[in-house]
Amino acid sequence: MSSAPFPTVDQAALFEFLLRMGDNALILGHRLSEWCGHAPALEEDIALANTALDLIGQTQLWLGLAGEMEGKGRTADNLAYLRDATEFRNVLLVERPNGDFGKTLMRQFLFDAWHLSMLQALRSSADKRIADIAEKAAKEVAYHLDRSRDLVIRLGDGTAESHRRMREALDDLWPYTGELFIGDAADEELAAAGLGPAPESLKAEWDGVVGETLTEATLKKPADGYMQRGGKRGVHTEHMGFILAEMQFLQRAYPGATW
Amino acid sequence: MATATLPSTAEIWRWLGEVPDPEIPVISVVDLGIIRAVRWEGDRLVVTVTPTYSGCPATAVINLEIERALREKGIVKLKLERQLSPAWTTDWISAEGREKLRRYGIAPPADGTAIDGVLRQRSERLSGRADPIVACPQCGSTKTEKISQFGSTPCKASYRCTDCLEPFDYFKCI
Repeated sequence: MSSAPFPTVDQAALFEFLLRMGDNALILGHRLSEWCGHAPALEEDIALANTALDLIGQTQLWLGLAGEMEGKGRTADNLAYLRDATEFRNVLLVERPNGDFGKTLMRQFLFDAWHLSMLQALRSSADKRIADIAEKAAKEVAYHLDRSRDLVIRLGDGTAESHRRMREALDDLWPYTGELFIGDAADEELAAAGLGPAPESLKAEWDGVVGETLTEATLKKPADGYMQRGGKRGVHTEHMGFILAEMQFLQRAYPGATW
Repeated sequence: MATATLPSTAEIWRWLGEVPDPEIPVISVVDLGIIRAVRWEGDRLVVTVTPTYSGCPATAVINLEIERALREKGIVKLKLERQLSPAWTTDWISAEGREKLRRYGIAPPADGTAIDGVLRQRSERLSGRADPIVACPQCGSTKTEKISQFGSTPCKASYRCTDCLEPFDYFKCI
């Protein structure tokens, strides 16, 4: 299983890419798990927890591969629990606080629409291990998008109160969507080696799905103004430290603890 | 095992057919379709297992159960391999497994209704096409409705029957 050589590509760029995929799933999965026991309805509580579970499972695959590729003996757990904020490579969108249920759903939808396109593109990665993970994850994420999209429509086109909340969530989160589509040197390396898509290439499909959904939800798509960025290169918002303080507490307080 | 004859792979499959899924104990890991291959490499048995969902907490337990069952049968040298691709699909749940699910109260997957991740098709689906027709495992009525895309585990959705009014789990297609 681990005998196939990695294609010729800058190893640092590949490691960076795997961390980005893994950290997006990990941090969003952690955010969703914060809802456990607090969602507005039992079914939604379960759905949020199940989505979190899928994402954390995908994290194990991405970070597991990152550790294997790095060759320093770090496991997925080591990477999740023993890195500090500046070493995380998730986009800022996924670390945004949960807010209310509507905001959590809007964040999920904006991310899912990108995530599914990304995974579909990665299914034809020149590295079979990346393609295999993408094939598996895409099937799960298709259900995430199905659900988040449906709920964005129902809440946007719901009561005056739910509409107001969805509009505010959309306006608040929109400046964090740009980072998903801004490539850097690592992305260019990956794309040139046929390992992954150029981030910009996913924008048109995302715009289509998001635009269509927001129209159905009677929500106005915000204009693309100034876009926040930094997470992909380890520059995070103040929220990241709080997330890690909770997520990593056990391994920091009791190094090596298992159960 | 060194001097004894190694059990045939058909025998191993039979043994695995008695290993229950930890979350749905009425079906076996073979019924579920997650055992992809059984082979001997010299005197070492290699069993290839594919996960259902990447985050399924039962995966680790399933591996433990497989190992325990095979050790009990006297297998000494054993290796469990994880295989991600081709990704597991509910199409691989056996006919027998489906019937067992139904009797247990879980509606089996309606084949061919998996969301395949093609965005355009899904948008058509959302703009009118109905959810799959799922028969109530209690009374058989097809007058059922989806409550939530996610049920007690990621692999299931929550449904209810509008005839007998029973809620039930539907093993959704993936």
